[in-house]
Amino acid sequence: MSSGHVKRIAYQTIVTKEVLRFARIWVQTILPPAITTTLYFIIFGKLIGERIGMMEGYRYIEFIVPGLILMSVIQNSYANVVSSFFSTKLQHYIEELLIAPVPNWIVLAGYVTGGMARGLIVGTVVTGISLFFTDLTINSYSLTLLVFVLTSILFSLAGFINAVYAKSFDDIAIVPTFVLTPLTYLGGVFYSIQLLPEFWQQVSLANPVLYMINTFRYGLLGVSDIDVRIALVIIVAFIVVLTWYSLRLLSRGVGIKE
Amino acid sequence: MSALVIENLHKTYRNGFEALKGISLNVAEGDFFALLGPNGAGKSTAISIIASLTNKTAGQVSIYGKDLDRQKNEAKSMIGLVPQEFNFNMWEPVVEILVNQAGYYGIPRNAAFQRAEESLRQLDLWDKRHTQARWLSGGMKRRLMIARALVHRPKLLILDEPTAGVDIEIRRAMWQFMKQINSQGTTIILTTHYLEEAESLCRNIAIIDHGRIVEQTSMSHLLSQLNTEHFVLDISKPLTMAPELPGYNLQLVGDKTVEVTVQREQSMNSLFESLTQQGIAVMSMRNKQNRLEQLFIDLVAQSKSEEQSS
Ligand SMILES: Nc1ncnc2c1ncn2[C@@H]1O[C@H](COP(=O)(O)OP(=O)(O)OP(=O)(O)O)[C@@H](O)[C@H]1O
Ligand SMILES: [Mg+2]
Repeated sequence: MSSGHVKRIAYQTIVTKEVLRFARIWVQTILPPAITTTLYFIIFGKLIGERIGMMEGYRYIEFIVPGLILMSVIQNSYANVVSSFFSTKLQHYIEELLIAPVPNWIVLAGYVTGGMARGLIVGTVVTGISLFFTDLTINSYSLTLLVFVLTSILFSLAGFINAVYAKSFDDIAIVPTFVLTPLTYLGGVFYSIQLLPEFWQQVSLANPVLYMINTFRYGLLGVSDIDVRIALVIIVAFIVVLTWYSLRLLSRGVGIKE
Repeated sequence: MSALVIENLHKTYRNGFEALKGISLNVAEGDFFALLGPNGAGKSTAISIIASLTNKTAGQVSIYGKDLDRQKNEAKSMIGLVPQEFNFNMWEPVVEILVNQAGYYGIPRNAAFQRAEESLRQLDLWDKRHTQARWLSGGMKRRLMIARALVHRPKLLILDEPTAGVDIEIRRAMWQFMKQINSQGTTIILTTHYLEEAESLCRNIAIIDHGRIVEQTSMSHLLSQLNTEHFVLDISKPLTMAPELPGYNLQLVGDKTVEVTVQREQSMNSLFESLTQQGIAVMSMRNKQNRLEQLFIDLVAQSKSEEQSS
């Protein structure tokens, strides 16, 4: 058996295991984001949104749909990897991987793919739900899909790093609550940063989530607060850095090897 | 060829504790090898390093001639480990634990299911294949780890206290099983605190204490070093004081129970003759201690006094 073949099967095994894990507990993993975003659509889109009027030339519900879809991708990719890899560590079955001839980058790729799978499935479900409330126009299929995928990769990696450092369940809740949620809400899911005073517009530009949401919105609606090319470069740069950092953590055995 | 060669292995944990102070070991291909030592001696630390679960501080490890640093994947694919602590996903069904482990070794899913079935049947767990691991009994969990360790057919199987907390019937079945796979060519390294287990199964032995090897030899050679043996005799009639026998040290421990220490050069026949002359009939006799246990205690006591004097 060639070593490339061994690696491919090891990768497939991790991915299968990861997908089965969240699929089995779909009531905890797929259903809640579907319910939450349905509520967002009803309350912000329908009830309040109809009184808000137009935002960047679109009805309010049309404006928030891209952000809500991407928010679900962000949260679920992150949540999947952070909770799965943390329990792998906590219950010590990371040892099943450490003992086997599986290189670190395969381990990382396997967990990230699992996170992407959950992010993309939830994102698709949310997109499906949004169709009950508004029509979806797609300006650029390729850009939409690209941002969808890159975002899920990026936040799967972030979830992985969080899990490597986490020592308790509190540690895996802190980052989503105190970092991820504020960044997403302030990243322009619900408003255009044009509405902000000049100073806060500048501050918002330091928020990486802003670039993703705007690029995604551009993919769907064709409007964006920022230059889409710069946004893509920033997203890819983040992915490169986080991948490098994750591999470094794995090779140093941080949190998993004495 | 050697199944395992360890040279000058050192391990200092992050907190500064030196768990291994330079151990060297050589386990021959096909051997059934006992790695013994008191709690905290460093057995599991050494095993974790061999299995790539812990990083070593210094030294070399090679498996069937493959260096664990330079030919990592080849070396890894020949090892199977049954660790001391449970380390599987408690929420996963038994069969999936095995199928996944096989997958990590590059065995495709269909073949992995066949391997899993084979392994689970051997360990008498096939009926439990759909059960989540957390619902297995303690002994079944141990057997699950053995089944998992075998799923990629390793040439070197390392078992860290596999029979801890396992009932006598299953323990015997496990012994039988270990003997069988050893006779089919798998090299086995076993740690255990049941010394009669090591005595009856293993051909070679190393004793480790405070991170150092204090003895490495063959089991028969070690046992032949035993100078004295202690026996417990059950006698026919009650006595009020221990019988006086020249050359033997006897002690009365119950009114019909006597303990006797026999030197290696003394024969049992003359002991019985002397007792018969005093009108004492021996109804039954047993070793006070397992023979290996007796040696073990001496060796460990010796290493402790050396440790203190140095
Ligand atoms: N992660 C760790 N950090 C610091 N010290 C450790 C760590 N793991 C083990 N030790 C120490 O290293 C020593 C050897 O431990 P080890 O588990 O190897 O012993 P052992 O021979 O397997 O004992 P037992 O028979 O009880 O299983 C012990 O003193 C233990 O406290
Ligand atoms: Mg141990």
